[in-house]
Order: sequence, then C-alpha cells, then structure tokens
Amino acid sequence: MQPGASSVPVLDLGGILLISIQGELPDDAAVDLRTDVTLAVSETGARGVIIDISGLDMVDSFLARVLAEVAASARLLAAQAVLVGMRPSVAITLVELGLALPGLETSRTVIEAASRFGVEIRDRGDQPAARGTDRTPT
Amino acid sequence: MSTDERATVSLPVRNDADLMTVRQRVRTLAQELGFGLVQQTKLVTAASELARNTLIHGGGGSVTVDAVSDAQGRDGLTLTFRDEGSGITDVDRALRDGYSTAGGLGMGLSGSKRLVHEFSVDTALGEGTTVSVTLWRGHASHGPR
Repeated sequence: MQPGASSVPVLDLGGILLISIQGELPDDAAVDLRTDVTLAVSETGARGVIIDISGLDMVDSFLARVLAEVAASARLLAAQAVLVGMRPSVAITLVELGLALPGLETSRTVIEAASRFGVEIRDRGDQPAARGTDRTPT
Repeated sequence: MSTDERATVSLPVRNDADLMTVRQRVRTLAQELGFGLVQQTKLVTAASELARNTLIHGGGGSVTVDAVSDAQGRDGLTLTFRDEGSGITDVDRALRDGYSTAGGLGMGLSGSKRLVHEFSVDTALGEGTTVSVTLWRGHASHGPR
C-alpha cells in the first residue's frame, strides 16, 4: 500500500489493517492518519482495523478524539476498529480525564485482535507480542 | 509554596512542534523529580491539554515549569501556561465537561483539573489567560507509582 500523508504506516494483513503508532504523534500526523486509514479501508475492503498504541506513553483528548473518529469512519465503511496495547498508566489517566472511549473495541494483543476477524498471526516466540506495559520502551 | 531557587524552565507554545517539546520536557522533569509513572503520565497529559488550549484559544503563549516544595517538605511541579489571547468569558462554563468552543471534546480544561492536585485559572477579557497547575509527588490516590 502506498504510504499516505501521515508518517504512520498502514499495513494490509489480508482482510485486516494494522496500524502501529510508535512514539509521539504530532497533531497534524494524527489527523492525516484518520484520512489514511479511512481510504485504506475503502481500497482494501478490510473488515478490521487494528490500532496498536503500545508505543504511546500518553494519549490526550486530541489523540483520543482522532482514535474515536478513525473507529467511527471505519464502522461507516463496515469495518471494525480494535484498539490494542494501551499502557496501564495511559488507561488510568484517560479514565480520570473523562475519556473512557466507550465506542472503541479493545483487545490485549494484536494476535488476539486479528483472531476476532479470523486472521491467524503465529507468535513465533522470538518477538514479544505488542502489549501495553508501562515497561515498554518508548 | 516556595520556589526555593530550583529549576525553572520556560518554553514557548507557538506551534504544533512546541506541544511535543512541552510534553517531552515535562516528562523528563517529572522523572528527575522522582514522580511515579502514573503521575508522570497524568502531568504530561494535563500539560498537553493546557498547552493546546494556550495555542488554540490563546493564540500561543508560553509555559513555565517550576520545581516547588511546600511547608510539609513535599516536592512538586508547577506548570504555568500564559497567553495574551481574548480571555475566557465564563470560566465556570469552560470548566464543565463537554463544553467546547473549538469543536473539541470539551474535556481539556475540566479533565486536566482532575489530573492534578492544584488548579487555578486567572483570566481577563481581552488580556489573556493564565492557568497554573501543581502535582505533588507521591500524593496520588493511585499510589506513588
């Protein structure tokens, strides 16, 4: 897939899209990501969109809104977005901020999220599955 | 609260890239002061919300970060965001969950207040807004982490 305007790659895993947000995202890149994902869903006909945020040490209301909008756009195109790998400290902060993101589906790992859509990703064991821990290096 | 000669950092809040710098510097200073991970995350998130307010509503400004301690010897960080924008017409309303004039989620100001221990807004119409927040180390309801 052609890289879009945002710096975040959107990977087509055959029926599902994988977006792994690594490190800090400038506001404009977050907005571009929304467009990239929506176009990618349309082009590939993907049923699922997995958004891995295990690399993020902070999610503020701006990014939370972008994530919710990605999910809403995907849903209108008959795809489901699943958020994966939120760190515990980020979860505590988001809830306290008042943003529990009720409209977003979550899974613990990318493998678990993919299996929702009938896509099997084999864990070879040589790489830790992306899972949000507060020890994940930034 | 005194500022007893300790670190004071001043950062511009003029554009998108400045927001990232503010987040990174606040994170580093909170780490250096021994804040736990949850507290670091809360303070950085509050900083991000308030810096974005300074940028979007205040037309840009600055933030100063002060290491402070109180009479009980608690250490903390105070973040002070200043802009010379149009000011906030109704502070009580601006602090209500879901109230937004910029099409956002309306959780920035009200949510930030919940993430810190002390929170004050000083605003005058046509003159600008100063928002000051303090988080004390190891005082969170979620424990010292």
